[in-house]
Amino acid sequence: MQSVKTQMMKFVIAKTAVVALIASVLPALAEDMEPASVRNCTWCHGASAQGYAPAPRLAGQRSQYTENQLLSFIKHTRDNPFSKQYMWGATANLSPNTMHYLAIYFSQELPKAANDGDKDLAASGKTLFEDGNPEANTVSCAVCHGPNAEGVRDIPRLAGLSYYYLKRKLTQWGEGYHVAAKAPMPGIAGKLSSNEIEALASYLSFVK
Amino acid sequence: MKLSNIRLALPTAILAIFFSATGRAEDAGTDVSKQSLQSKIEYCKTCHGVSGQGFHGATPIPRLAGQPTEYIENQLRAFIEHRRDNRYMYTVSHVLSPAMRTALAKHFSDLNPKPLGGASKELVAAGKKLYNEGIPDAQVPPCATCHGPEAKGNGEFPRLAGQLNDYILNKLVNWNKERGQDPANPDISAIMQPIAHNLTKPQIEAIAAYLNYLE
Repeated sequence: MQSVKTQMMKFVIAKTAVVALIASVLPALAEDMEPASVRNCTWCHGASAQGYAPAPRLAGQRSQYTENQLLSFIKHTRDNPFSKQYMWGATANLSPNTMHYLAIYFSQELPKAANDGDKDLAASGKTLFEDGNPEANTVSCAVCHGPNAEGVRDIPRLAGLSYYYLKRKLTQWGEGYHVAAKAPMPGIAGKLSSNEIEALASYLSFVK
Repeated sequence: MKLSNIRLALPTAILAIFFSATGRAEDAGTDVSKQSLQSKIEYCKTCHGVSGQGFHGATPIPRLAGQPTEYIENQLRAFIEHRRDNRYMYTVSHVLSPAMRTALAKHFSDLNPKPLGGASKELVAAGKKLYNEGIPDAQVPPCATCHGPEAKGNGEFPRLAGQLNDYILNKLVNWNKERGQDPANPDISAIMQPIAHNLTKPQIEAIAAYLNYLE
């Protein structure tokens, strides 16, 4: 049988522990007002959503584009290996309201250029982006993505995205992924040579 | 310019276009292979829509379907000759042979997809009235006079039926910056210049909404 003193001690220790626990959590909650849905994205896309490793930058992306992409993960129409591996699961339980909120939230974060392309290819990438190649029937990217690759409505911003992401995405269209994407991108990207893709991805990585 | 002057100028312009068009038909030739034409058509449709119905890129990209061949050919030449200012379309057109321009014009002229739509339906009735009656007080003739009662166009006068409403708005408010850019080589765009100038933005929006749904 425990003495009254021991019981008192236990009570005090327990109470102190609870107070200590609350005290340690409260400031964290106060600092971090982001909802859990945003944190679930930033684990991989980076704390300020500038992109990290295979995860592209979300900051500054057109909200309609981001929302459409979230839907396409849920419908499994965006079907490249990383999408399957990470995004299909990550988006499975998102409600339409949450997707809408997340897309707007990230569109308002300021984007920073990745600057990770090959500088020597930037000039030829710029020419291809702005004018296409009329002799080879390659269209200008700027006609839809805007003169500074800023994007509009559901047409994505490309300016400053990572070289590796752009190169992977453009190459994957030629490999038959993501064919359900709205025309005309599968047809355009599928015809680009690997040199053209390298040049475009390099140029765009430097665009602010 | 007075309305009576515009009315006189129109038949003259139509006659002039008629004669210049017959002169050009001879040197067009038919030396375009089926395969190169098909590739070029796909290239055009990447931006102008899979059926030439128009597309919303960074700016509105116009419907080409059902345009008179003379209009398409004249605009392609206008880009090349810097009469019409558009850097993207200059890049596109300056590599096209006369025979290719003729073949492309024929292809798009024969298409007839449904209009893309999307304009405010509330403006359609007012727009139809303006289109058919013009605005005599503002020296704006009825659009139907040149573009036809069904807005199907005529020779170098473009078809407007089914055109993207925001494209029409963009063109009319920027007329002086884009059209008739070579003073030494004036063209048919001069007819539209005073009309575009005299139309207000709400009037253009109403007319454009009517045309946006017209099949």
